[in-house]
Amino acid sequence: MTENLESYPLSLEGDGIPMVRFQNVTKRYGALVVLNQLDLDVSAGEMVTIIGPSGSGKTTVLRMLMTLETIDDGVIYVEGEPLTHMERNGGLVPANSSHLRRIRSKIGMCFQHFNLFPHMTALGNCMEGPVQVLGLPRKEAEERSLELLDMVGMIDKRDQHPSRLSGGQQQRVAIARALAMRPKVMLFDEVTSALDPEVISEVTGVIKHLVDTHNLTMLMVTHQMGFAKEISDRVCFFFDGAIEEQGTPTKLFENPERERTQQFLNAVLHAN
Amino acid sequence: MTYIEFLDVYGGRLIDGTIVTIYQFFLATFVAVAAALAFGLMRLSQNLMLRAVAVAYIEFFRGTSLLVQLFWIFFVLPLFGITLDKFTAGFLAVGLNMGAYGAELVRGAVLAVPKGQWEAALALNMAPHNRMRRIILPQAFVIMLPPWGNLIIEILKGTALVALIAVADLMFEVRQINITTFLSAESFGTAIVIYYVIARFFVTPGMRGLERLMNRRIGKA
Repeated sequence: MTENLESYPLSLEGDGIPMVRFQNVTKRYGALVVLNQLDLDVSAGEMVTIIGPSGSGKTTVLRMLMTLETIDDGVIYVEGEPLTHMERNGGLVPANSSHLRRIRSKIGMCFQHFNLFPHMTALGNCMEGPVQVLGLPRKEAEERSLELLDMVGMIDKRDQHPSRLSGGQQQRVAIARALAMRPKVMLFDEVTSALDPEVISEVTGVIKHLVDTHNLTMLMVTHQMGFAKEISDRVCFFFDGAIEEQGTPTKLFENPERERTQQFLNAVLHAN
Repeated sequence: MTYIEFLDVYGGRLIDGTIVTIYQFFLATFVAVAAALAFGLMRLSQNLMLRAVAVAYIEFFRGTSLLVQLFWIFFVLPLFGITLDKFTAGFLAVGLNMGAYGAELVRGAVLAVPKGQWEAALALNMAPHNRMRRIILPQAFVIMLPPWGNLIIEILKGTALVALIAVADLMFEVRQINITTFLSAESFGTAIVIYYVIARFFVTPGMRGLERLMNRRIGKA
């Protein structure tokens, strides 16, 4: 439970409000502190990549923003409005489910293991959210879904169930499914980690296309350093539940200042 | 009396009894499925009251004998002003009893749906009831079908007890025939064969067919 809630603004004002702000966010599992007083702003349209050793809290950042995890301290803001909290009688209180639903609608997520619905076709997966959540007429939802399936190169497989698709194909459908909700922020949680090496480029290609053609705000956790370097506006290196170092990809990958960053990059780049 | 003569004389009554058994079986199955679904989901509810009601139901019907429950519903409930005819009391008792086992199957299957499915549904911002109805239950249904196959055979066999409150099912008829003819081997032998045939050649293939159909619908087969 966040302490000193009165010290957090009810909403963010002024020019250049970040699309996402983590303010003093802490996450614990029992005695283990996964994230320690994280402050992180992501601007609208920015592509931020999170790298770091396992257990450094990278995935937790995305999961908290998707409201899959609660937070123990701090406040998360989306488009200037608090996500984890809401205004009540001039102060902030923990968000109720309808507030969470309203703010959550701005966020979409793709998972390491795709998590497509196995009992629906590729098209059915994409239409589910627009029809059931947004209340779009089926026809409109279908048009939107087909357009996105086309964009991710999966239009031919629209009538296939996920069990008939390869990992790379499933992940591309999952990206289309998330985009069909028209989120403002997209979260990619190790979306290539479960893929065979030869199909990774199918998925990274789609994400690269998104970066080039859409003005989405994106947060991505990845182990693909080359990909991170190629498409990110900013790279954050996480260590022990905090941002150890962040900067442009060129600076972080070619000229890391901190010793831990250098060690991590050395280890990862040598492993590749 | 040869067995052929036995069938010739009593075949009609055996068929009548079998038809009642089949009615009892279908109605009890319907009650069991409905109760299992309702109480299984209540058992998973965040609401303490709903959970408590579900636990009480499951504990009572699983923890006491089906025969006693049957007698309770037929002989004791009237004392509280609820009088049911024997036919209704019969399938209701069997259905509610088996529904308690079914509720645990529903609960287990819902919990067996991978966590990632819940998370993906939440990431799409689906409301809890939609998430359950559209995403979780269809998958839980496929998971729980094989154990339900067993339970449904138990329901069929459980219906034999309704003879004890004088519902004229197969078991009731063969007992009557046995009492009047003392042809125990023929009467009870025929009953055993009929129960086996229904279970083995109708219920089991039916459930297998349903499993295949559902697996196809989720693209597995």
